[in-house]
Amino acid sequence: MNNVRNKKRANKSLPFFFKDEFKVFFVIIFVSTILLVTTFTFDKVPPILNRGIQPATFPKGLLVLIMFLTAVIYYLSFKNPWKKEKKLPKPFFLTILSFILFIIISKTLDFFLAISVLSIFVSYNWGEKRIFYLLLVGILFPLVVFIFFEMILGLRFPPGIITNLYYY
Amino acid sequence: MMAPLFSSKLLIVLIFGTLFGLILGVLPGLGPTTGGALILPFTMTLDPLSAIVLLTSIYCAGTYGGAITAVLINTPGTPAAAATCLDGYPLAQKGEAGRALGMATVSSTVGGIFSVIVLVFFAPVLAQLAYEFGQPEYFALAIFGLTMLASIGEGSPIKNLIAGAFGILISTIGKDFMTSIDRFTYGINELSVGIGFIPVVVGLFAISEMLTQSTLLDQVFKRVALKAVKLPSLDDYKKTWKTILRSSGIGSFIGVLPAEGGTVASLIGYSEAKRFSKEPEEFGKGSIEGIAGAEAANNAATGGAMVPTLALGIPGSATTAVILTGLIIHGVRPGPDLFREQPDFLYGIFGAMLIANVLFFIFGFFGAKLFARITLVPNKILWPMIFAVSVCGTYSLSQSIIDVWIMLFFGVLGFFMRRFGFSVVPVIIGLILGELVEGTLRQSLVIFDGNWLMFLTRPIALTFFILSLIALAFPLLRSKKQKK
Repeated sequence: MNNVRNKKRANKSLPFFFKDEFKVFFVIIFVSTILLVTTFTFDKVPPILNRGIQPATFPKGLLVLIMFLTAVIYYLSFKNPWKKEKKLPKPFFLTILSFILFIIISKTLDFFLAISVLSIFVSYNWGEKRIFYLLLVGILFPLVVFIFFEMILGLRFPPGIITNLYYY
Repeated sequence: MMAPLFSSKLLIVLIFGTLFGLILGVLPGLGPTTGGALILPFTMTLDPLSAIVLLTSIYCAGTYGGAITAVLINTPGTPAAAATCLDGYPLAQKGEAGRALGMATVSSTVGGIFSVIVLVFFAPVLAQLAYEFGQPEYFALAIFGLTMLASIGEGSPIKNLIAGAFGILISTIGKDFMTSIDRFTYGINELSVGIGFIPVVVGLFAISEMLTQSTLLDQVFKRVALKAVKLPSLDDYKKTWKTILRSSGIGSFIGVLPAEGGTVASLIGYSEAKRFSKEPEEFGKGSIEGIAGAEAANNAATGGAMVPTLALGIPGSATTAVILTGLIIHGVRPGPDLFREQPDFLYGIFGAMLIANVLFFIFGFFGAKLFARITLVPNKILWPMIFAVSVCGTYSLSQSIIDVWIMLFFGVLGFFMRRFGFSVVPVIIGLILGELVEGTLRQSLVIFDGNWLMFLTRPIALTFFILSLIALAFPLLRSKKQKK
């Protein structure tokens, strides 16, 4: 009980810009503002072709609604502060890193190599140290998936250093 | 009604879908919604009826499958089975896991079959009513669907509304469908055609769940031993038949409302079972009525949720949103015309749902012990495999690597949305309904010559707007009542 009280106090003493409520409010308002500004660059339809409203009007309305509702949840959070979330653990950040690696490898080297690297990287960082299982998720399973999509569904994967060995 | 199902191909699809649904339901974090999203790209190789039969059987069996883990490891395999944990696990701890699962299986099957009957009778009536709908009525209906989702869905109603509006906003990306003017494309050609459903659905459900699992690696499950699933005794039936029927009715009704179907239905079914029980003090300690109330309701919501999905094209739950996506990508437009022009297709779906309920009863009884073993597959092996399937499935639809990146983006976004209390379901429903909302609004304004007040002159539209206001006011009244 004391711990909970201390945690609450610790949360209250945080400057407002460190609180989750503000961070979420800021991100939504910031992104919505950028998108709202973008809507002013949309082409306008001449009145004779215009059906109902201009193409920019509907997204504008939605963005204003999102910003208004975001302000409301931020205002309500003064009365009812949000539950403090636990710090994200290391495997989460490593999983995000694996996504970035996936994008880089799939773009520059090979789509299936990217899947293999991600699978081994994630499995290892989530605690799997046995070589057999790492090979299972990193090589055997992607191979099965490749065969299934390529041979059964007739899909052609993007070219790459490994995929080309099969295609050419 | 069953005629279209008497082909060996459809029966194989149905059996596969039921087994796959059970496996998905058993695995915490997966469930029929994520599983449906994962299998959606594969359905492109099937004809429309087989594809929808596959998705609906996954839906029915997956909803039941959640009960197995709820009873044996105190972790609901699906959110809809959360209420089943309350009494299922305590009963299992008393050495009666077989009895708990037996009751869950029987009540799920009764609830499921009851809801299919509701679907068969109610969907055509609703579809007939939809003939009265013009553009303003459809606009008002879509708004009603979104507000209902916000008010009785999980979490904060305002956050749900933001998520729904965000989903509609995503649907505006690409060429405007009425004037062909680019919106939010930023000069990227691939964005001109808009953002597909599948990258968003797979990202928000599967990839965001993968990130969630990365934060739960230290979680340890304690599994209760299961010898065999037992049929409930005569005493159990006497004690629960009213509860099962009541919860089947509640579940079917809640399912029809455009909201988060099974989850809400099971909670209401459970609390009503407690309210009517002669032994309410037993609830939470292993009450057989508690299991029956929750399980009959969540499975009854499956048929209920299909009613607005098929009759109006408004999804009644997250999984039916995925099924609706399946219908759309197969070129089937739900609504009254579907009932008039393709009755065989609909009867095929109704029949498939009925058979799926019988099949999961059989598989549940004889295979629950085996399915429970699936929970032993460690996340560190399972999720990299799911990632591989997600990536290839998403890529396969339009053979575009951009789609895979969009999927990853929505995966990360979905994780943070859930972390801060925003449900991802309204985003999907907003995305699906986006074109309908904008299209009907703009066409209505053409009809009304730009006069917004003319919406109020249409009785059906006005009724939906009033219902939307009531739906929005409902959470406020509820919180005031709770404070008192």
